[in-house]
Amino acid sequence: MSAPQESFLVSCAKDAAVGGLIALALFSLMIGMQADVATGLGGQLGITYRWGAVGIAVAVVFAGRLLLNLFVWKADTPVTRTLGSFIPKASSVVGLGKYAMPIFLVLAVVLPFLLTYWLGSRGSRQYLDLAILVTTYVMLGWGLNIVVGLAGLLDLGYVAFYAVGAYSYALLAQYFGFSFWVCLPLAGILAAFWGIILGFPVLRLRGDYLAIVTLAFGEIIRVVLLNWYEFTGGPDGITGIPRPSFFGIEFERGEGGFADVFGLEYSSIHRIIFLYYLILIMALVTNFVTMRLRKLPIGRAWEALREDEIACRSLGINTTNTKLTAFALGAMFGGFAGSFFATRQGFISPESFTFIESAVILAIVVLGGLGSQIGVVIAAVVMIGGFEFFRGLEEYRMLVFGLLMVVIMVWRPRGLISVRRPSIALSGGKASVISADLVQEGHG
Amino acid sequence: MEYFLQQLINGVTLGSIYGLIAIGYTMVYGIIGMINFAHGDIFMVGSFLSLILIVAFGITASLPIGLLILALIGVLIISMALTSVWGWTVERIAYRPLRGSFRLAPLITAIGASIALQNFVQISQGARNKPLQPLIPGGFTLTEGSDDGFIVQLSYSQILIIVVTTLLMIGFTLLINKTSLGRAQRACEQDRKMASLLGINVDRTISLTFVMGAALAAVAGLLFLLYYGVIDFYIGFLAGVKAFTAAVLGGIGSLPGAMLGGLLIGLIETFWSGYFSVEYKDVAAFSILAIVLIFMPEGLLGKPEVEKV
Repeated sequence: MSAPQESFLVSCAKDAAVGGLIALALFSLMIGMQADVATGLGGQLGITYRWGAVGIAVAVVFAGRLLLNLFVWKADTPVTRTLGSFIPKASSVVGLGKYAMPIFLVLAVVLPFLLTYWLGSRGSRQYLDLAILVTTYVMLGWGLNIVVGLAGLLDLGYVAFYAVGAYSYALLAQYFGFSFWVCLPLAGILAAFWGIILGFPVLRLRGDYLAIVTLAFGEIIRVVLLNWYEFTGGPDGITGIPRPSFFGIEFERGEGGFADVFGLEYSSIHRIIFLYYLILIMALVTNFVTMRLRKLPIGRAWEALREDEIACRSLGINTTNTKLTAFALGAMFGGFAGSFFATRQGFISPESFTFIESAVILAIVVLGGLGSQIGVVIAAVVMIGGFEFFRGLEEYRMLVFGLLMVVIMVWRPRGLISVRRPSIALSGGKASVISADLVQEGHG
Repeated sequence: MEYFLQQLINGVTLGSIYGLIAIGYTMVYGIIGMINFAHGDIFMVGSFLSLILIVAFGITASLPIGLLILALIGVLIISMALTSVWGWTVERIAYRPLRGSFRLAPLITAIGASIALQNFVQISQGARNKPLQPLIPGGFTLTEGSDDGFIVQLSYSQILIIVVTTLLMIGFTLLINKTSLGRAQRACEQDRKMASLLGINVDRTISLTFVMGAALAAVAGLLFLLYYGVIDFYIGFLAGVKAFTAAVLGGIGSLPGAMLGGLLIGLIETFWSGYFSVEYKDVAAFSILAIVLIFMPEGLLGKPEVEKV
């Protein structure tokens, strides 16, 4: 009775010990010795030894692997299966959107009033700023979802269109004095135009090549913004970008200001609340357009393209045009979000548009579940909210972010709430919903 | 003319380093058809490991030359071994569970792994630049007293880089063409299922591919450190993209192609910065990547890919 029990334990411990040894090899130099410019050595590198940290890291790996072995990987009844029964299956989340969406929506609409009621106009400001940030990412996520989630094109340079939108508004306002409301559509059109220019040559490429080329384009645009000093201000960026007005009424104190016209007492929170509703409406428009487009032939063509490109081509779908529309539309919404970003910040520089930004937006789409609109919302709230929550641990959060991207992808390759419901299906067919639980292997 | 010669020497040196990294991309792509986005960061880890070892051993230029060479070889071997463990771990954790999953999944975990590696090194080693005193100073002066007073220098570290790269390339080509490991690898490249039916341990072969790629990246990391004398946690991204460009330009999946592509990218980058503008040298590399992928995706020495249903 006890013999097999013991050998089970021993095998688990052995496996964990191997894990610990590998961790020792990995971390002994990288954590144990820090080569840095020490004080007093005249600018030369010195070594700081931190063996304690290595010990902790190795112990964590050993214990983690031992526990996983005991309870999950080698156990007869893995704990995850027991736990898993508490987590709703993705197929049961299908209906979630139906109920959750209105709740989210109502919550989003009344949020500023709730916050100002509870916390007063000064205390609520930081939360409103956070809400604006999250909503911006929701909008970017929805925009990128058209490209990645619906059409299945991996775009690693989405931030380029965000940058085009932001710089379009900033430069148009700077050189021609155009207002936000004139520039918003222009920024979207310019971004879509860039989307077509960049997309046209590259869309014939296969999935991962496309990803790398879009990454390259994103970097090219950033480097140009950084070095074209006379036009874009280079690393100094552009300052003094005009704030948006309430359809011509400025948010300012005194005669003719927003508070004066509407008979309110002046408060700086009005502008923040206005910005919040502005980005909320822009995001909802993105969502609305996407949802409607999915029901049009073009939307169906996107989804078909995601599932099988060769079949699409054999059925006579013009794949280049189909991809190009997805690319241009996604870029357009990125451009809108960009010009909102510019007007909110009042200052932009190329530093806001690095590859990491693209990776964050992509992570929101991928982790939320490719093609799922509600998944993007949840992922954006969790990730961006989490980023702000852990602001004190500034340097660790990107590390955790990278690790999470790996872990969630390995655990659920189709994202957390991935429901691949074809917008059109034979009625009564058994395959009307293909959820993440059912899709083990796809060829997306 | 002197200026041209100097740029040529610099370009070949830089190209050798890119070529060594590019081999890692091209081998992994050849065998499992994925872009190992984290490979640039493996190179960065290798460079850091070399730096730590050099500082810890107290290796400086004042050592006698024989001892210096021995010490550097020691550093190289340890760094190659440890970097290989890193490469192996990344494959084991981030890529192997997703084998057979949809095509973009491993690319996304690769991006995650790349971000995680960068930030791990930033935290554990600090975000500041790491300047290292030159270990191999001096060199030959090729032309002296020309009309415009420009002196062409061929430094000892440049000679070292070119010699080491050439030796490694010869050894590596032999490894792939003559040994059973190389044969197993080529078999997996052609048909993984058939190879496993014939008794080849496919998982092990793929792991070894990553290990070899990482070991070569570690060599590139040490050479980069010796040549430039300063590294930081971010060097992997640009070097990675450029080496990937080199792999694509030479024809992805082809080993001589990776080396040729590396040399070409190194030369193009050096001449671009020498004659046009230093600011836009990265744009030149990125543009070449886009142009090559669009107009000749099979590269210079690669085989055209046939799309199968």
